[in-house]
This record gives sequence, C-alpha cells and structure tokens, in this order.
Amino acid sequence: MNIEWYVVLSSLLFAVGATGILIRRSPVVILLCLELMLNAGNLALVAFSRMVGNQDGQIFAIVVMVVAACEVVVGLGLIVAIFRRRLPLDVDELRELRG
Amino acid sequence: MSATAWAWLVLLLPLVGSIAIAIGYRTISARAAGVVGTAAIGLAFACAIAVLLGLLGEEPDARHHASSLWDYASVAGLDIKLGIYVDQLSTFMILVVTGVSTLIHLYSFGYMQSDEGYHRFFSYLNFFVFSMLLLVLAGNFVLLIVGWAFVGFASYALISFWYRRTTATKAGMKAFVINVVGDIGLVLAAFLIFRELGTFDYGPVFEQAPEAFQSGGGSITAICLLLLVGAFAKSAQLPFHTWLPDAMEGPTPVSSLIHAATMVTAGVYLIARTHVLFYLAPTAADIAAFVGLATLLVAGTIAIAMTDLKRAIAYSTMSQIGYMIMGVSIGAYSAGLFHLMTHAFFKALLFMAAGSIISAMANRQDIDRMSGFWKAMRFTSVMLLIGGLALAAFPGTSGFFSKDSILAYAEARGGMYFWMAIGGYVGAFLTALYTFRLIFRVLPGKSCPEAQELIDTGHLHHGEPINPATEELEDADVGFPGAHHHIAEQSKPMAVAMAVLGFGALFAGLIQVPGVTDVLFGFLEPVFHDSPLAEIHPSVGAEWRGLAIGGAISLLGIATAWLLWVRQPELPALFRQRLRPVYLLAVNKWYFDELIDFLIVRPALAIGRFANQTFERLVVDGLVSGTEDAVGGSGRIVRVVQSGFVRSYALFLIAGFAGLALYFLLSSS
Repeated sequence: MNIEWYVVLSSLLFAVGATGILIRRSPVVILLCLELMLNAGNLALVAFSRMVGNQDGQIFAIVVMVVAACEVVVGLGLIVAIFRRRLPLDVDELRELRG
Repeated sequence: MSATAWAWLVLLLPLVGSIAIAIGYRTISARAAGVVGTAAIGLAFACAIAVLLGLLGEEPDARHHASSLWDYASVAGLDIKLGIYVDQLSTFMILVVTGVSTLIHLYSFGYMQSDEGYHRFFSYLNFFVFSMLLLVLAGNFVLLIVGWAFVGFASYALISFWYRRTTATKAGMKAFVINVVGDIGLVLAAFLIFRELGTFDYGPVFEQAPEAFQSGGGSITAICLLLLVGAFAKSAQLPFHTWLPDAMEGPTPVSSLIHAATMVTAGVYLIARTHVLFYLAPTAADIAAFVGLATLLVAGTIAIAMTDLKRAIAYSTMSQIGYMIMGVSIGAYSAGLFHLMTHAFFKALLFMAAGSIISAMANRQDIDRMSGFWKAMRFTSVMLLIGGLALAAFPGTSGFFSKDSILAYAEARGGMYFWMAIGGYVGAFLTALYTFRLIFRVLPGKSCPEAQELIDTGHLHHGEPINPATEELEDADVGFPGAHHHIAEQSKPMAVAMAVLGFGALFAGLIQVPGVTDVLFGFLEPVFHDSPLAEIHPSVGAEWRGLAIGGAISLLGIATAWLLWVRQPELPALFRQRLRPVYLLAVNKWYFDELIDFLIVRPALAIGRFANQTFERLVVDGLVSGTEDAVGGSGRIVRVVQSGFVRSYALFLIAGFAGLALYFLLSSS
C-alpha cells in the first residue's frame, strides 16, 4: 500500500481529535481526543518508519505511548479531584485562572 | 631596639588600649578601664622617650629613618607602604602628644569618675591618641590622610560624647563636616603631588620637589594651597574656625586634649612637615602667614567679649594657633613648634583648671555667675593663674619665650614680616587682656553661691547636671557628667596631672632661652636645614629686645585687665555702650557663622530644595511612573488573552501550529 493512505488516515484522525478538543466541554472527552491526536501521530511515525526501513520511528511511537499513559494518569487524577470537590465537570465553568 | 621599633610600639599601645577597653566593656570595671587607658598612653610616652634616646645616640644628620611593616596598597605604578617616618620632628610631636595625653588621661580618670560612659570615653580617648600618633608618624601622604581622617572622627565622637544633648551632637556634626572639607583639600593635594612626582613617600617627595617644581610655579602653589585648606580646617583658622568654639560641648578633658593641646595643632605640624614645598611656593606661605595673623587678631577680639569660660579659652586657642601657623609659614619652624609645645602645656592646664571650676559650678560655664573662687578652690586657682600667666607671656614663663621667638624671627626676616611682628605684638596685648579678664572675673571678689558653699561646708552641692547651652536638665543615666562633681582639690589624679602641667607651663620655656640654652632648636635644626629660611637667625640682642618688648606688652595687658575688671569694673559697661558696633562685632564672633550660613549653607539648602521639589518630582518621579504606566498598560492588553477558557487556549495553540505549518509549506514550495 502507498504511504499516502496512512498519512491521510493519520491527518483525519488528528483533525477529528483537534476538533473534539475545541468543541467538547467535558474533560474526559477532551482527554480522549488528546489520545486520538497522539495516536494519529503514532500512526504517521510507524508508517514513515516502515517506508524508510528502520525502527527509529517505532521506538519513538512507544515513547509517545508512555508519555500518553503518563498524561492520562495526571489528567484522570485531576478529573477525579475535580469530581470529589463537587466542582462542575465542564472546562468552561473552571476558569478561575483568567487574567 | 632601634628607634623605629620603639616608634611602632608608640603607635601600637594606644590602639591596643582602645580595642581592649572597647571589647572588655562589659567585663572590666570602670576603674580598670581608666587604668588600662592611662597605662597604655603612659607606656607609649615611655616608648617615645626611648625613641628620643635612640635618635640622640646617632649623628644629628642621620637621625631620620623610614620603616614599613607591609604594603598598604600595591598596584601598577603605585606603591604605598604601611610605613612610618621617624625623625626629630615626628619624635618631638610624639613626645608632646603622648606626654600631654598621659596627663589628660590621668585627669579624666578623676574628672569623669561618675560618668556612665566611662569605658566609652577612655576607648575613644585612646583611639584619638592612636590616630594622632599615626598622623605625626606617618611616612607617606596616604597614611597621613588616614591619621588625619581618624582624628577627625575621634574628635566628632568625643564632641558628641554626651549624645543626648542636641547641642553636642550638632556641634559634633559641624566639626566633622568642616574637617571633611579640610580632608578633601589634603587628599587633592596628595593626588597632585602623586601626579607630579609619582610617589607618596615623604623622603622622595621632599628630595625631588626642588628639582621637579620651579619656585612659585602653578602646580606647587596649588598643592600648598590645598594643603593649607586641610591645615586651616583642622587647626581652626579663618574661615574654617567656627567648629572649634562649638566643640566645647564635649567633656572638658576632650577640650583640653583634642581642641587645645594636640589635634588642632596638626595643621602646624603639616606645614612644618611640608616646609620644603612651602618654601617653593612663597605665595601660599604668605597667605598662610596672613591667615594666621588675621586669626590671632580676630580670635583675640572675640575672646574678650565671650562670657562662656570654655569658649573664651577656645578662641584663645585659635589665636595661639594663629601664632604657630604664622611662625611655620614665614620660616620660624622651630619657633612655631616650640610654641606648639608650650601651648600644649599651658592651654591643657587652663582647660583642666576651667573644668575643675565648671564642675564646681554644676556644669555652668558662664563667667558672669562665677566669682571668688580664689578662696574656695586655692589649688585650681593657682593652676589657672599659672596657665594664664604662661598664656599671657608673663616674663619667665614658657609662653614668654616661645611666642617671642616667633615674633623675633618675623622681625629679623624684615620687610612685610616686620609688620606681622607688630601685629603679633598687638595680639600679645589682646592675649594678656582676655586671659586676665577671665582670671580677674573668676578668682577674686565676693564668692558666688557655689564657691561660698564650698568654703562653708567643704563639699559641693551635687546639683542636677544641666546643659550649659540651654540650661535644661540632663539625663544622667546615659553618661552625663554624672550626679557627682569632681574638682581638683578633692581628686588626686586631677591634682597630679595639673601640677605636672603647671610645672611645664612655668618652666618649659627654659629649654630655649636666647643666648643661654638651645635644646629644642638645636635638636630640630637638621630637619629644616634644607630650607634657606631656617638660616635666618635673629641676633641674641634682637631676641632679648623682643623679649623685653613682649614682657612689657604682657604686663601692660595684665595691668589694663586689672584696671578694667578689678579697679574700675564699671568701665567695661561704659565701653560696651560707647563702642556698641565694635562690641556687637566681637560678641557675635565677627558674624562668621552668619556669613558661612549665607554663603554656603543657604545656597546648598536651596539646591537641595530644588532637587527635592522640582527635579525629584518631575524628572525622577516622571521616569519611574512612566515606566510603571508602560508596563501596566501593556499588561492590561495582554491580560485579555488569559481568559481562563481552556478551549480558547487550545484554539490559539492549534491555530498557531497551523499557521507555522502553513508558513513552512509556503516557503518551501
């Protein structure tokens, strides 16, 4: 298969993720969309890695997964903390840090 | 041990004493502090004698040594050593300084006994002696300046010693500020010397000066005039003299030691030390001589009108230093230093006697309230009389020989200096007049209440300590003269110190009787042999003629004082009435304070006010608040972006990246 397809799929996934972040207000969904964007990146990395013929891209994809896992841990932790303080689970309501 | 090793010890002992007392402030008793302080200076005096003996064991022309411990500052082209210069002049000075200081420490031991600040006093006093010795022993101009500034500080600290007195702290500040003006002059002179000669050390400077400078040239005259600024400020000569009368706010031993016997004569020492330079700048030397003459006459007239006992003696000090400055400036170097020594004796004695009387008066210094102390305090009165006789140059006393040796030299040099001698004799008449005015008003007559009480009960009414300047009560807890008063009759240390000085005031002149003895001039002669002016010697006949005139004038002055204040006491009031302008001029101290206020203080205040109210408000504040407004304004604009909406941040991020990607895409294709 041609490399273009992979790249197109990856771009679509990335666009879906970005759009989700911009339009959704629930922190859980935003986290999901972030994962989507990261994995779009991973797909592109693996695809290019195969095209070039070495394993650097795949290793990098694994590193990205680790980072994604960490990020989910922190993000979910925050969400749980917000929930336990009975704050609204809505990023538009949580805006104490405005300048 | 060599002479220089002893000289280092002379320098070290007072410093050790000062530090030991300061550190042991809480642990040692007041008495121990006094003993340590006095012993340190006494030992320094013994070492000074050892220096003298060391020098006497050498050839007269080889009696100068430079010695240095280590480099004080050493950078490219500049090599300043922590060095001293021991020769006849500095040996003479350390002998006078340590000798008189020992006696005054002894006197303070009794006089300050009930003062709460006893430790502090002795620590300061020892520090002063150290500074003064550093000043006279310094081997280069840098250390001279260090000593010069140290004595200025010590003087400040001791004038303001009773720091709860506003008048005292103000007087201290005044003295310090005027002295700093002098310091600036001295520092600039040292810079100029370094620029011209490339060294600060005395030896090379005085050796190279005659070749490097042409006589009467611009730079050497500038150097000497700047040196004179320093000398005049320290020695209270016109127009830098206004601090000295105010300095009488300090304790009497301080007035006696610093503001009569030692520190104020530093200017005389400086001119004598740099006589080589002054010989090359005759204009500057003549200016110094004229200022000395003017000071001695002006101060003499003011002293006649002063009613404050200590201030009157302070003006007399200025006047006597005028003689010394005149002497060392016209070339009578040894004579000027001779007068410095005798003056140290009799003026210290006068202040001690005055201190004893002031103590009996519960700190009041106004001679209008004093009378009849002859019966009440016989010993003090005799000492006051001895000091007064020596000051008035009564025939046979020390002042008689020393003052007339200056005037005889001026006469022998001739020309305009002859007229200076005439002025000096007029000053001698004034001296006798004002001195015996004090004595005739304080000693004879009906006893004042304080003196009467002393006669009747044999002890002092320990009145509340008051500030003589404002008549306000003092807080004796923080070290005012204390609840008890100490007079020489009841305090052995005070009496011993005064008796020794009284002996010196009477007989010190005998070491230098024209045609008979030649101890001092012979000793000092090699220091000054490089100045042709030192070659001028009045003949023995001329000197004796001068002595006869001086003695006659002294007797005339004393007789006039007797006529005015004993025989016909109504005459002074008549004079005051008839010669009102003259009286006002004298009693207002020739309006020097007002003149300085008008010429310097007010313009300085006006500049300060302009800087504060106009420059500060408009320029400085404008800059500061302008910056603040700029930062605040831009912050207010940027703040809008920080909305708190996470999604808008995400939009900025994504839009930014998209923008960047687009840019790279477009620029690569």
